[in-house]
Amino acid sequence: MTSFSVPLRSLAGFLVLIAFAVGCPRVARAAGKIKIVTATSDLASLAQEVGGDHVEVESIARGYQDPHFVEAKPSFLLKLRQADLVITVGLELEIGWLPPLINQSGNPRIQPNSAGYLDASQFAEILEKPTGVVTRAMGDVHPFGNPHYWLDPENGRRVAQGITNKLAAMHPSDAAYFNARFADFSKRLTEAEKIWDAEMQPYHGRKAITYHRSWPNFLKHFGLVSVAEVEPRPGIPPTPSHTLELINLMKRDGVKIILVEPYFDLKTPNAIARETGAQVVVMPPSVGGEKEITDYFKLFDYDLALLIKAFKATQ
Amino acid sequence: MKKFALLCSACLLTFPGVVVAQSQDPAKVNTEDRLKSLEEQVKMLEAEVQALKAVQSAPASQPPEAAAPVGAPETPSPASYIPSTPQAQEAVAAPAQSQAPTYGGATGMAKALNPDISVIGDFLGATGASNVPPALVAAGRGPLPLLQLHESEVGLQAIVDPYARADFFLSFGEEGVNVEEGYITFTSLPGGFVAKVGKMRSAFGKVNTLHNHVLPWTDRPLMTDSLVGGEDGIDDAGISVTRILPAPRGIFLEGTAQVFRGDSGDVFKTSQRSDASVVGHLRAYRDLTESSNLDVGFSYARGHNDLGSAFLTNLYGIDATFHWTPLRRTIYHNFVGRTEFVWSRRDQLPTQQRAFGFYTSGDYRLSRRWTVGGRFDRSGRARTANLTDDGFSGVLTYWPSEFSQIRGQYRFTRYAEGMNANELLFQFQFSLGAHGAHPF
Repeated sequence: MTSFSVPLRSLAGFLVLIAFAVGCPRVARAAGKIKIVTATSDLASLAQEVGGDHVEVESIARGYQDPHFVEAKPSFLLKLRQADLVITVGLELEIGWLPPLINQSGNPRIQPNSAGYLDASQFAEILEKPTGVVTRAMGDVHPFGNPHYWLDPENGRRVAQGITNKLAAMHPSDAAYFNARFADFSKRLTEAEKIWDAEMQPYHGRKAITYHRSWPNFLKHFGLVSVAEVEPRPGIPPTPSHTLELINLMKRDGVKIILVEPYFDLKTPNAIARETGAQVVVMPPSVGGEKEITDYFKLFDYDLALLIKAFKATQ
Repeated sequence: MKKFALLCSACLLTFPGVVVAQSQDPAKVNTEDRLKSLEEQVKMLEAEVQALKAVQSAPASQPPEAAAPVGAPETPSPASYIPSTPQAQEAVAAPAQSQAPTYGGATGMAKALNPDISVIGDFLGATGASNVPPALVAAGRGPLPLLQLHESEVGLQAIVDPYARADFFLSFGEEGVNVEEGYITFTSLPGGFVAKVGKMRSAFGKVNTLHNHVLPWTDRPLMTDSLVGGEDGIDDAGISVTRILPAPRGIFLEGTAQVFRGDSGDVFKTSQRSDASVVGHLRAYRDLTESSNLDVGFSYARGHNDLGSAFLTNLYGIDATFHWTPLRRTIYHNFVGRTEFVWSRRDQLPTQQRAFGFYTSGDYRLSRRWTVGGRFDRSGRARTANLTDDGFSGVLTYWPSEFSQIRGQYRFTRYAEGMNANELLFQFQFSLGAHGAHPF
């Protein structure tokens, strides 16, 4: 039963604030460590490799969780609102959780297409780009291509190069530092790849089935062949008839390896393995998927060791 | 009616069969894929042999690692990019002879500059005894019809310019079309502010902010219907400003202040231009473990009611939500427990009505496709606070995929007049197109 002058004053205040804010020049931040938030732990590892101690890097998704289904928790906003740079996997991998976080962050620096927003997929060789009509009858497909590209070490190198260029552009005075770190990373990756490729040489052409289409870049790089998936379509849970077809296919073609990401249920893969004599390999697709996998190099060390052990056991 | 219920049960039971039947095509696809993969494999092996021969005949020194020049373009130039291994060199070199390799995903040129468009269908059915008291029927809260396309929500979402994005949600119901929400969000304001201007669901509590398709039930709690404006809730044209506030480490604190025109369902009503309404919300959130968190909110709303400019309605709310989601099994198991309390103070003659309402709910995901839940309701009525209704619901949801869901809800309601309602509600929801994710 009072007059409503307070809300009206508030309304005027809001309008003034917005008019001021839209026309307000950006305030430059003091030079220091570049605060980077990445969507996944793999990108965090690559950013750390080239950024060294001139950056602070945090990942939103953990290495053992499904990167398609991360909860957009407000605690991530606390990280994002301080970030100078956000690095995303792209190709709509994070479409279910990252856009609302960035929108709510109140951080102009990291909005899409701003200087502090980097979509790493632009640097990578992307497989499985759909060429025909894309519909949801194909399951939860990614219409711009398969987003699990970081599992090819050559793409790791390309993404690291892209991050290096971005960091150098953000802090030109540190460009030499970032470039030197990239050169060192690239050299170490080359050496590691020689070892990995030599280890996998005896198994070129070996077949496997995978739970989800997470591994095309990995399999292509290491000369392996995926014949089918446990999921009948991406994002659709296994069905009895598809599982039966898989069992018949595996028996006919002698497929003995089932690759499963750590966040999928093992009931169906184990049932298939029992019927076919195959081995289920729970293989982390990301850094941090297991305690030992502390960086991008150890991801391949760990996964290839698992694979080689499984190949030997099923020979 | 029994026949109808049987028909619906049959639909529910046969649906998984449809999914199973659909899964027979992939075998052919897989065989073709397999053949293609094998062909690629042979080609790759041939290329590798050639590369090895070349290396043996003319061992070249390892090319130096090229350091990127300062300010170089972000996309690595194919000419400067040097792969390490022979097969990788071959893979890059071969196409380089004919055409440069392209990096990055497929482009969405077909939809360039068009907004993301989505449609969410909400088909709702109801059977059983509703026994709604005449007073509530007169207030527009009559029984649900047997079958209805309850709502078709069309979403149009896009970035407006470097400073803002916009979201429109148009709701097509049986009573016509309504702009459920339509607002611009200024995402690049200084000082950490995020502002929204347009028509929007207000930040009063938790359930008021949620669109129908993200509710864990087929309906809304009694408290919403009795105290907070019904299905649309406090949904009005206005301006909203939100900011993350300083707080002790690990705690997320956010304040929201909103000013609206003052017309929201049967809660707020303007008689003159100055009858604006205001909403304030303070949210505190903390991760308890990496798998669990607690989200608490305090809300306040004030506006004029339908009796005139001299009559105010004040609403006070407290909400709390507990989430548990094991990160290694996110898509299989999770639990959400939620409760909301609302106190209404409505000026009317002869005396102010002081009503209270709350709900408590829990939802547990049993598996990738099944979720079970329950809700307990109690609420006084805003205009006759001495009348309190209560009830409970049991809910079972089946998800054929991320993009469709089938839900059944048993709902018991005991009205203050002494009438009991036993109803079975069922719902089919389906989503087309690219619908942007909603906030947590």
